[in-house]
Amino acid sequence: MQERRNLPQMEVIQELLLPVTRTTMWMWVAFIILGTILAAFGFAIAWMVYWGIGVTGLNRPGMWGFMIVNFVFWIGISHAGVMISAILRLTQAEWRRPVTRAAEVMTMFSLMTALTYPLIHTGRPWRTLYWVFPYDFWRGIFPDVRSALVMDPSAVITYLTGTILFIYITTVPDIAMMRDRATGWRRPLYRVLALGWQNGERQWVIQTATGFLLAALMLSIFVSVHSIVSWDFSFSLDPVWHTSVWAPYFVIGAVHSGVSAAVTLMVLMRWMFGFDKYIREEHFDAIGRLLVVVATAWVFFFMLDVFFALFNQDPRETAVMKMRFEQWPYTLMLVLIFVFGYFIPVPIWMFRKFRRNIKLMFWTSIMVNIGMWSERYWLVIPGLERKYEWTFDWNYYRPGIVEITLIVGSFALVPFLFMCFSKIFPPVSIWEEKEGQYFLQEIKVGKASIPAIVREF
Amino acid sequence: MALRDVLGLYSDIDSAVAGVDKLAEVGIHREDFEVLTNAPYPEGAFGHDHSTSRLGLWPVVGACCGFAVGLLITGGTQVVYPMVTDGKPLFSIPPMVIIMYEGTMLAAVIFTVLGAIFESRLPRFSREIYDTRITDGYIGVLVHSPEERVDSAAAAMRAAGAEDVRMAEKAPAKASQPARAKRKGASA
Repeated sequence: MQERRNLPQMEVIQELLLPVTRTTMWMWVAFIILGTILAAFGFAIAWMVYWGIGVTGLNRPGMWGFMIVNFVFWIGISHAGVMISAILRLTQAEWRRPVTRAAEVMTMFSLMTALTYPLIHTGRPWRTLYWVFPYDFWRGIFPDVRSALVMDPSAVITYLTGTILFIYITTVPDIAMMRDRATGWRRPLYRVLALGWQNGERQWVIQTATGFLLAALMLSIFVSVHSIVSWDFSFSLDPVWHTSVWAPYFVIGAVHSGVSAAVTLMVLMRWMFGFDKYIREEHFDAIGRLLVVVATAWVFFFMLDVFFALFNQDPRETAVMKMRFEQWPYTLMLVLIFVFGYFIPVPIWMFRKFRRNIKLMFWTSIMVNIGMWSERYWLVIPGLERKYEWTFDWNYYRPGIVEITLIVGSFALVPFLFMCFSKIFPPVSIWEEKEGQYFLQEIKVGKASIPAIVREF
Repeated sequence: MALRDVLGLYSDIDSAVAGVDKLAEVGIHREDFEVLTNAPYPEGAFGHDHSTSRLGLWPVVGACCGFAVGLLITGGTQVVYPMVTDGKPLFSIPPMVIIMYEGTMLAAVIFTVLGAIFESRLPRFSREIYDTRITDGYIGVLVHSPEERVDSAAAAMRAAGAEDVRMAEKAPAKASQPARAKRKGASA
């Protein structure tokens, strides 16, 4: 990368540890605002658990509403984190260094948030155990492994466990560094988590090799997870859900929304933590180019999904498609999907000047996720509203205030958890940044002096 | 033979490499010391480290275990708790494959992480001699030296420009040889 600067070791350490060592005024403001929203979120959950899911807009046959839409959305957001991290590690892309940790952490917290929704959506979360975990042997009750609702938790829990371990193992050297500096309650915490890491040569070799191995494993899990999430729907015989294109369509949609969320996160880290020297314009430039490709592929799959529904001439499918394209609020959703998800951001990302404009990248990434959330609503809700042929079985889903609070809460929960993480662990991998500094060299080409990277294969 | 640790601290890579060369001159081989840095350096920057690891085996073993557990849960439970729904076959391969795949990957990841910890000789809470300046950017050369060569090792490191040389108080009580020295190819 051309814009990397050679920085003194201590400067790198001090600047990247800033969120851990100091709480700026903006962080306090963010903590208070997000905490307030989370208080409402907690109250909404308690209210729903106490009164039952009758307080939501869910009613037969539309039993999957805002909460399942949000589950799919956050699973999608979680995808880009590990994808970016894994692909960049495997290809040894130099610009990965400041991005990977934050992207992985975003994955972890998005997954945790996503998992909350199917649990609370059951109305009695503790009873979820009956359906997923095999514990009630003596009554002969056992989860049916043929159900997509058992596959889904197995996939998501695999992904979450893998992500947590991936983050942990790549953070151990930074934890050891903080162990060497920490005082008070942090010292024993870091000491235990660092496992006695000593910065030896062998440990570094193993660390690097583990990064590659886990990246390869996590990539294959990443593809499987959103495919399996899509099968929650497409294994059913409901109109517009029962289609084979949903697995790749969900994966590419997840990448689109997730990479955009990574952009949002990178901008916020620049603004809040002052990481301008590490998260540079060149990173947004590179991700912007990636997003053009991903967004276009996503539109292709969107059209494919519509064509699949129309070509088979099934009256139920056609009726749902008609509703999606002609009835409120799906018409609004459709506009949001295309305008926010593609037609505004992609032309902007085509220009280098705009890709390097941080504010513009921030707002376009937000737009994409408004569009993508609408897309999930557009995909999930209408199929159930017209599940049965007879009109007296039709249903119009309208979310209640409890559900709206739950959705807003999720958008506070992920950043809140990320900020808590940043108060304990560095959100940018310090050892990887220092490794990059070691490999940095200035080379002369004619009269130009160009920063270059020495790379091992 | 009792061994004692000596740690030399260097502020830059050139003097650290000079220290490594000096150690070779006084008969301390590559297998008898390790270099501590705050980030990975290119392989061979301090001479070739001959140690080997079996990290690659861990995910393979994990994947096999995970596959077996996945097969047991999906296949076994369908046999033990037969439940016919909608006339679908009891022993249904496609959904089994999904859970077996996830089980395989989960165990592969867990075993990889366990392997990384084990192969890195962690956890190791009883500290060998160590200096926190290493995480500030200093380069440490940690020598596991026989008692009679401790002084010559320390002198060699000082001669190469070590800013600080520290010695462990006494030889480790438990082992007569450190793990590194026991490995294949070590000639301590």
